Amino acid sequence: MKQKSKQIFEKVIHGFFLILGLITVGLVLLITVYLVVSGIPGIVNIGFFDFIFGKQWASTAAEPSFGILPFILTSIYGTAGALVVGVPVGFFTAVYLAKFAKSRTKELVGAAVSLLAGIPSVVYGLVGMMVLVPGIRKVFGLPDGASLLAAMIVLAVMILPSIIKVSLTALEAVPREYEDASLALGATPVETCFRVSVPAAKSGIAAAVVLGVGRAIGEAMAVIMVSGNAPNMPSLFQSVRFLTTAVSSEMSYATTGSLQSQALFSIALVLFFFILLINAALNYFLKRSREG
Amino acid sequence: MKKTAAFLCALLMAVSLLGGCSGNGEEQTPPADEGGEQQVEQLSGTVSTDGSTSMKTVIGALGEAFENANDGVSLSYNPTGSGSGITAVAEGRCDIGLSSRSLKQEEIDQGLTETVLAYDGIAIIVNPENTVTDLSLETIAKIYTGEITNWSEVGGPDSEIVLIGREAGSGTRDGFESITGTEDACLYRQELTSTGDVIAAVASNPNAIGYASLASVDETVVVLSVEGVVPSEETVKDGSYAVQRPFVLVTRTGEQLSAVAEAFFNYATSGEANDIISAAGVVPAN
Repeated sequence: MKQKSKQIFEKVIHGFFLILGLITVGLVLLITVYLVVSGIPGIVNIGFFDFIFGKQWASTAAEPSFGILPFILTSIYGTAGALVVGVPVGFFTAVYLAKFAKSRTKELVGAAVSLLAGIPSVVYGLVGMMVLVPGIRKVFGLPDGASLLAAMIVLAVMILPSIIKVSLTALEAVPREYEDASLALGATPVETCFRVSVPAAKSGIAAAVVLGVGRAIGEAMAVIMVSGNAPNMPSLFQSVRFLTTAVSSEMSYATTGSLQSQALFSIALVLFFFILLINAALNYFLKRSREG
Repeated sequence: MKKTAAFLCALLMAVSLLGGCSGNGEEQTPPADEGGEQQVEQLSGTVSTDGSTSMKTVIGALGEAFENANDGVSLSYNPTGSGSGITAVAEGRCDIGLSSRSLKQEEIDQGLTETVLAYDGIAIIVNPENTVTDLSLETIAKIYTGEITNWSEVGGPDSEIVLIGREAGSGTRDGFESITGTEDACLYRQELTSTGDVIAAVASNPNAIGYASLASVDETVVVLSVEGVVPSEETVKDGSYAVQRPFVLVTRTGEQLSAVAEAFFNYATSGEANDIISAAGVVPAN
């Protein structure tokens, strides 16, 4: 009798968890379907090539044009720039923490990295706007510092925590025996680290980078505050607009059903497509890392 | 998104109404059960407004206050632009048309009446380090369209002018561009999404010029006088400050509004709602 009630209890709990899991799946499906349904009309009405490869965005002009090439390129360049700055810093921090740091230092730096991950993006944006943007203006002698460069630097700082943490986990998962064997063969600790540990953890490190890409390309709040937000073709010291900020800066004004609002949904769809690609890459690397 | 937000708002309102009822029930209407509702003559129905997108904030705030004060009424607002709003009210498709410009003579001849609800004053702001204190409307237009690119051309220091503005669709941008005649021609360096951001950007860059709603400017930036007139509530109201425009309620001349539209019209223009109008960042006219 007791056995039976226990079984029922187990089943109820299983069912409950299943429902929770299905809610998550359902939400993803809902968002996907909604984005596709509301994003397609804009692309169709504007024309695929005019939309993706158009260089001019003037959504409220008397003769509006809806070309999002500047946004796509800005998002790609901005993310790439963030990686160029962020990946080396993050990677070497992770190597240092995993292999060389004393436990106290490791604790301290680890706590700082966690804190960095917890700072809201609007705070990054605000600090960027007040410190970084005037700084860039003075250092480079520009009329104004709000630029692609400012966005790259802010994004680089923002992706550091994910890169450090995921790389660190991967490096720490390298079996101790590999390193012992390398040391026993006469390799120095640095040689061991870069010839043995890092190659063994390379899939995990790649996953960390991809995660960083995902974070950078999806960020809106911080970049809107430092990038100037004018729809120009990207250039390092020029004011630029990202895919994310293109949607967020005009969404509240676009009349429902207008071509402008359709175009904004289409931008969101393009962004979603990029995120899907990144997620697929992430899954690929994580799978490889699990298989060793 | 919008629907969810609307639903949440409705829910919130319903909850607050319930709260209000239980609170007032004991004090005001002792025999509340059946007779109470019929004793007060209640307004009901919808006020439909149509027109200027720039008036969204002020009409939204007025509508919300009006709906809260009167059970069972609602206000609809169709943001189509001043021109479409005037046409809509002329054709009888809405109760009150909204226009962010004065009516033209031929529109008045068509049988329309304008009542100014408020004035929208836009301040032209620069960094405190800038030595320029006054610009003409024409110079401002030239600066924003890129004809003048250096502060030295207008009596300031020798540095490039950095144009700060608002994003497409913003009422302040629309107002600024329509008053200066620079629609779709402004070469912005930065397009920011809030008044606060514009002020912060101008405050942190000595080369910057920006525009912001007069009510929200603070002491971190310097407000320029335009054509020699310093913007203030008085100069905006009497029309001597140039960068301003009226927010107009348009009705059909000699035609009685519906009871509920009449009530809203009186509420909005009586001075009773002035605090709400000021809070929306414009200068009340009455």
